[in-house]
Amino acid sequence: MTCTEFLAQLDDLIDDAVTAKMRADLQEHLHGCEHCEVTLNTTRKTIEIYRSHEIYELPTGLRDRLHKAIMERCKKGC
Amino acid sequence: MATIQPIAENEQHPDVALVERVRAGDISAYDTLVRKYDRQVFRIAQHITQNREDAEDVVQDAFLKAYQKLDQFQGNSKFYTWLVRIAVNESLMRLRKRRTGKMVSIDEDVETEEGSVPRDLADWAPDPEQNYTQSELADILRKTIQGLPQGFRVVFVLRDVEGLSTEETAETLGLSVPAVKSRLLRARLQLRERLTRYFRRKKGGEK
Repeated sequence: MTCTEFLAQLDDLIDDAVTAKMRADLQEHLHGCEHCEVTLNTTRKTIEIYRSHEIYELPTGLRDRLHKAIMERCKKGC
Repeated sequence: MATIQPIAENEQHPDVALVERVRAGDISAYDTLVRKYDRQVFRIAQHITQNREDAEDVVQDAFLKAYQKLDQFQGNSKFYTWLVRIAVNESLMRLRKRRTGKMVSIDEDVETEEGSVPRDLADWAPDPEQNYTQSELADILRKTIQGLPQGFRVVFVLRDVEGLSTEETAETLGLSVPAVKSRLLRARLQLRERLTRYFRRKKGGEK
């Protein structure tokens, strides 16, 4: 397997959507390819970091204000 | 275009009961739905408009529109996915207004080849986020994702941050499943590449 072929399967590997046979082939490539191993690990970490850190928080005050405005207009039939 | 898989029988999503209550006139049930999803709608709107005021307006407009159109909600997709589609459209409309009518679409800037092949192959430090304060890290993450082309950013946000499936993301954005997959791979690789500038393993134990 070449690095390009590995890369084509990267998302499915990360999303756990590969067959057992494909997984074994990908693992075999990883054993001998440090570049692809780094790419896989750091791509996984990228996703995890964006999932676990709130970068656009909705502050409680603003949230309450928006909520009130929405519900008032809904009660009036918008 | 892909369609969202119907929810299996006997496996009713809790939102379905809330939507039914709203339809029957129980407005407090809508209150519950707003509280449940307002943060997500705000995040998505921020990611697309990149403007705080616009994102606030999108939250209001999306929930009002969803309320008005609730009769059109078929229940063959999740309420959340349906709401996200409204929020994405409202966000794109806001962008259009800001750009004085210039067409804005999620296809914008996706022709770039940047990031389709990894170039910077440096490994990251273990737990690289530990080297930054929470606010520094949030700045880095915001700056990095803002640099992605719109069409990649929105796919990454819906799929990886908000947890929609590939099929739901395709349905929400009016894209094919292969288009979502191709954009997701490039979005992930570009973000990885850009974050490497901050998170690479340093030599000699320096921070």
